[in-house]
Amino acid sequence: MKNAVEIENLSYDYPDGHEALHNISLAIAKNETVTVIGPNGAGKSTLLLHLNGIIRSNGAIKILGTPLTEKNIRWVRSKVGLVFQNPDDQLFSPTVFDDIAFGPLNMGLTGEEVRSRVQKALAMVNMEGYDKRSPQHLSVGEKKRIAIATVLSMDTEILVFDEPSANLDPRAKWNLVDLIERLSMTKIVASHDLELVNKLGGRTVILDKGQIVCQGPTGEILSDTMLLKKHGLAPAPNISTS
Amino acid sequence: MKHSFIDKYSDRSSPIHRLDPRTKIMTAIAFVIMVMVTPPGEWLAFAIYLLFLAMLILVSRVPPVYILKRSLVVIPFVVLIGIFIPFLKTSGSSGSYNVWMWDIPKSNLVLFASIIIKSWLSVISLVLLTATTQFSEVLKGLEKLRMPGVMVMILSFMYRYIFVLTDEVLRMKQARDSRSFGEKRSRQIKTIGNVIGTLFLRSYERGERVYAAMVSRGFDGEIRTLSSTTMRYTDLLYTSSFLIIISIACLSLAI
Repeated sequence: MKNAVEIENLSYDYPDGHEALHNISLAIAKNETVTVIGPNGAGKSTLLLHLNGIIRSNGAIKILGTPLTEKNIRWVRSKVGLVFQNPDDQLFSPTVFDDIAFGPLNMGLTGEEVRSRVQKALAMVNMEGYDKRSPQHLSVGEKKRIAIATVLSMDTEILVFDEPSANLDPRAKWNLVDLIERLSMTKIVASHDLELVNKLGGRTVILDKGQIVCQGPTGEILSDTMLLKKHGLAPAPNISTS
Repeated sequence: MKHSFIDKYSDRSSPIHRLDPRTKIMTAIAFVIMVMVTPPGEWLAFAIYLLFLAMLILVSRVPPVYILKRSLVVIPFVVLIGIFIPFLKTSGSSGSYNVWMWDIPKSNLVLFASIIIKSWLSVISLVLLTATTQFSEVLKGLEKLRMPGVMVMILSFMYRYIFVLTDEVLRMKQARDSRSFGEKRSRQIKTIGNVIGTLFLRSYERGERVYAAMVSRGFDGEIRTLSSTTMRYTDLLYTSSFLIIISIACLSLAI
């Protein structure tokens, strides 16, 4: 079986010469859940932006077995859905409907197909009936859900989340975690919220200073407090993550 | 943070609200043009225009006070621009008033009053348009009327982000106020300069992130949209009654 994502020796320098990613190699199987944890500035977001070619460097990425190139970038973007950290960046249209329809329309779909996809995506995030609303009048939790719907409507096979729990209160956060767990496609989640990482399970990769320092089953990684501490991820002393 | 609206009352329901946005945009523009070409001093025509607008406001169930308040916002600007008109020299001898050291010709006063009334009428009609049409509908209407896609998009971004930006300014203002007190005026102005600079940079960076979000959903520079609204029987009815009223006003000019 082909891997959903294959990264080989990926390195990237910021335009100012500062090294963001160094020799990253990572393979993610289909329908696997992988969480990428690491301190601020570790390169998590930069890594995610590589996955659908927003940032391109040395071309060492394969999506569903096909190398990512200039030519198949449209195909890649219809397969890899990116949910950005700040929903105010992701939701830029005057209505929720327009935002969810944006991806499908860019894929060349029309009419009824787009409408049914929007409804389906809204149903998947439990936000039916919100299509006429303006994103600016939604709560942060609602905005996050709609942001997820904007990529679900494209029927992507790989979902990539950047800090999904940022700025959410506990209730909104756990609702969102439930939602992410329910989605069955390949999931890549970058976060430093260890509660969230623990709940999602699967495999965890620690990224620090642009390098993968460790990876393994989530439970194992999270129970190694010394390792977490070393990379600025130690949990608070009296709140258990289990 | 704050929930502000550009298009307050636009989610209500009335015959005017239900009209196709294109009908409303076109008639609003036609109305403004009509008002503009009406010669100054045609008070009867102006009265008919006002009556027409009053009727529409009544039907639209938007509180008249709201429309009045919004429409008065532009009056100071108009007065400022037109303030010199009464003092211009004219060759006509329609009589004049003596005010202290000026001779103010009567025709100039008529012109001045007409300009204020005309701009007020035009603004009322546009306020009525935005109060009865959701902004997203206005955008769809403009798009269907073949306004360039880029301009529609700029307007749509403005609508989406103007309150995100005002919130950002508000937060910066709170941060500044909590650290500065009793500063000299000159220092304050410097701080405001910094705030504006920061705001520009943040907006620029936000623009980049929004663009990344668009590109990652397959945006390639072409703006694609879904057509949904259709003209209905009522649109035809509205347009024809609009034309009738306009022609009545024209007739009043002729007599």
